[in-house]
Amino acid sequence: MSFSWMAWTWPTATFFIVIALLLISMGVWEYLSPGGNPRVGVLRFETTRGDRLFVSLLGAAFINLAWLGLVGPSLWWALALSVIYAIGVFRSV
Amino acid sequence: MKTWNNKAWFMVLPVLALVAFSAVIPLMTVVNYSVQDTFGNNVFFWAGTEWFEEVLASDRFWAAMGRNLAFSAIILAIEVPLGIFIALNMPRRGWGVPVCLVFMALPLLIPFNVVGTIWQVFGRIDIGLLGRGLYALGLDYNYVNDPIDAWVTIILMDVWHWTSLVVLLCYAGLVSIPDAYYQAAKIDGASRWAVFRYIQLPKMHRVLLIAILLRFMDSFMIYTEPFVLTGGGPGNTTTFLSIDLVKLAIGEFNLGEAAAMSIIYFLIILLMSWVFYTVMTNYGTEKG
Repeated sequence: MSFSWMAWTWPTATFFIVIALLLISMGVWEYLSPGGNPRVGVLRFETTRGDRLFVSLLGAAFINLAWLGLVGPSLWWALALSVIYAIGVFRSV
Repeated sequence: MKTWNNKAWFMVLPVLALVAFSAVIPLMTVVNYSVQDTFGNNVFFWAGTEWFEEVLASDRFWAAMGRNLAFSAIILAIEVPLGIFIALNMPRRGWGVPVCLVFMALPLLIPFNVVGTIWQVFGRIDIGLLGRGLYALGLDYNYVNDPIDAWVTIILMDVWHWTSLVVLLCYAGLVSIPDAYYQAAKIDGASRWAVFRYIQLPKMHRVLLIAILLRFMDSFMIYTEPFVLTGGGPGNTTTFLSIDLVKLAIGEFNLGEAAAMSIIYFLIILLMSWVFYTVMTNYGTEKG
């Protein structure tokens, strides 16, 4: 079966591999410490680890888009900002 | 004591496989397209983030986004108060209840493209009842040529199609209020407004939230009805994001830019869905 119609490139493949690895590691984390560690953070409603990952990824997408629209095409700083944002989300949301 | 048995998750596997084919693989393909350029024949050239930059810098995208937001705001401003008003005036018992409910449900049962066609014919100035009637009254109405008339027709169509949803949801909230509340209000000599403000509105709060979020999401993704009615015209005045996207992808075969726009559109809808889901699942829990 050929996947050439999907027009794969290495950067997009890397992107999806990273997402897949994140999901797998969340699975492992859940296996090691089940329950998803629910807590009420700064958003004032209960979030689990999965919610925090989702908010981190969605926020990262918007951070990158905003960087692209307002600053320029070099997205490494946006990536760094996204990582800081994700750490913030995992610690306080 | 908690029991942890995750074997039930295997039951989800068939759905997961189906979703992979129907959603995940196409989405991956769109992401791949969004960073490349193609002239057909399955030959692609690397473009990096160029398409995203182009979409974010294009007036066309922001204009469509503005029209979409304006449309959502207008229909919410009309449908929500109108829906509440109709629900408040619907009978609570007797033969009128099923009659009203069936009449209210009718527009919701009509397929989107049929709704578009109905209003397209209804508004025509040569044979349509609305168009011909307004023409006979001396009004210069023509939704094909006049942007304001086109907007008015699309908004009327959406109000006709979807106010029922708000009505039915509000009505469900209203009939769940026990009579004792109204009796207490009567004893206290509460005015009609006080009954609405302190009894009916709080009881409708939750369903109203669902109605607003549902209508916002639906109107933000609207495609079929305005496409059938005006095709995005006159000019681009009723071209919403989804119509613009189809024009870009199929009309202009600009797959890279269309893919980038799809992803941005998808992210906005994903964000709204998340807000929708979070508000619905968490509303009231922090109080209780």
